[in-house]
Amino acid sequence: MEAVFSNFDEYLKAFGVTLALFIVSGLASLVLGLILAALRVGPVSVMRRAAGLYVTIFRNTPLLMIFVFMAAAMPKLGYNFKWVENIEIAGWSVSAFFVRSTIALTLYTSAFVCEAFRSGVNSVDVGQAEASRAIGLTFLQSMRYVVLPQALRAVVPPLTSVQVALIKNTSVAAAFGMAEATATMRSFTNDYGSQRPEIFLLFAIGYIIIVEVVALSSYALERKWKVA
Amino acid sequence: MRPRPTLRRFTAAAATAVLATSLAACGNAGNDDTDTRDVDVAENAADEFEDGTRMKELAEDGKITIGVKYDQPGLGFKGATDDMPKGFDPEIGKILAGSLGIAPEDITWKETISDNREPFLEEGEVDLVIATYSITDDRRKVVGQAGPYYVTGQQLLVRADNDEINGVEDIKGMEVCSVTGSTSLENVKKEGAKPRGFDTYSECVDQVLDGTVDAMTTDGSILLGYAAEQPDELKVVGEPFSEERYGIGYSKDRPEMCQWINDTLKTSFEDGSWEEAFDITLGESGADAPEQPELDDCQS
Repeated sequence: MEAVFSNFDEYLKAFGVTLALFIVSGLASLVLGLILAALRVGPVSVMRRAAGLYVTIFRNTPLLMIFVFMAAAMPKLGYNFKWVENIEIAGWSVSAFFVRSTIALTLYTSAFVCEAFRSGVNSVDVGQAEASRAIGLTFLQSMRYVVLPQALRAVVPPLTSVQVALIKNTSVAAAFGMAEATATMRSFTNDYGSQRPEIFLLFAIGYIIIVEVVALSSYALERKWKVA
Repeated sequence: MRPRPTLRRFTAAAATAVLATSLAACGNAGNDDTDTRDVDVAENAADEFEDGTRMKELAEDGKITIGVKYDQPGLGFKGATDDMPKGFDPEIGKILAGSLGIAPEDITWKETISDNREPFLEEGEVDLVIATYSITDDRRKVVGQAGPYYVTGQQLLVRADNDEINGVEDIKGMEVCSVTGSTSLENVKKEGAKPRGFDTYSECVDQVLDGTVDAMTTDGSILLGYAAEQPDELKVVGEPFSEERYGIGYSKDRPEMCQWINDTLKTSFEDGSWEEAFDITLGESGADAPEQPELDDCQS
């Protein structure tokens, strides 16, 4: 225990990185996933197929391989994202490693977010979309005002699962240059071999707390959006 | 028709990745030096040990399991196509096994990574761990560590054209990679560098070659091994800035092994087999055998 508590700032910093990875790639994958889902259910067949192809590629590729691709293959192709380190916002600049990790996590998670949204859209009765077309709404309007608001309600539980998986998937970044929670746990167990079980337990608790916060807010949303 | 160029670029990228990996694999398979030294295998070794000791059991069984690393050229390395690991650590293992009357081909090698060295010893998965295993007080609480049989220090590996980093004093704010969770990474973090952990040393070397990170750090002996492979691309800079004393791990339940390990190491220092083991492994990179380290006493 004392190995972690005497270095508690390290522990908090590590989960800070984990949280940052989760929040940035979580939001980015929500946006990208929503766009993909709209394309997949949309009327343009080329876009439908493109989005379908995206989902097939990224849902079927292990996350680790996407990370290897981003960290090992992309720099060979000349994309190492070093340029982001020159951008400074309020005295704080992100690292190329953070960008690469969030891109890998976002590419992967978006495919699942897309499918979660699609399941939500499918749960909305076809008559709703037909009716909105009949009153002269365009595709985008009928999505925005009729279909998506209803789909959103059905989508909360599967979307929560996807985001919970994302929180735990951030640990893959440990092997690709990010000093997040799992990487830090390994440096703790390396230095304090005599306290392995305690160190493991305390880091597991950190993940459990983050996941529980996300799960509880999703229950709250579910209750709030329940149709009376 | 948006997706098509993207798809084509992706395919090209994927093909390059596959190609790069297969080329790298060829590079490793090619280094197939077969020179090894003749190991003295003691005869009737079992008679030399007292009943009930672990050494007696091992000598009577005629087999031993030794944990080594597989990803450190010169120290402990096993390519995908190799039958046996080679390097300084396996050579030391052969010397120890030889003193028990166990021939090199009867040794079972097991890959240990930094994370599982103590668990492997505690659970009896391996009898000995010889895997760049620095002696520390905390580790000695859980496992026994005899030795040291080699003393090295942490250094920096940079691209050959890098003029900015000439030593540990230049790494403030720089990105420095090593293996996730290693002590070397903690040490450069204390020096103000941004630590970047990877799963293996070879991935870390690739990052240095790509220019994605500024330097790689770990024990000088490991770095020399990589620099020797690509002398035009890589160089080792600066003086060692830590002291790592490699020990031989054994189970705390078998404290009698300590004295045997120390005695065998002492013999190998005296009869020249230790130096010979060094010359055919780490010595390949041009380094002379260092001074023989002073062994710690076996307490309790």
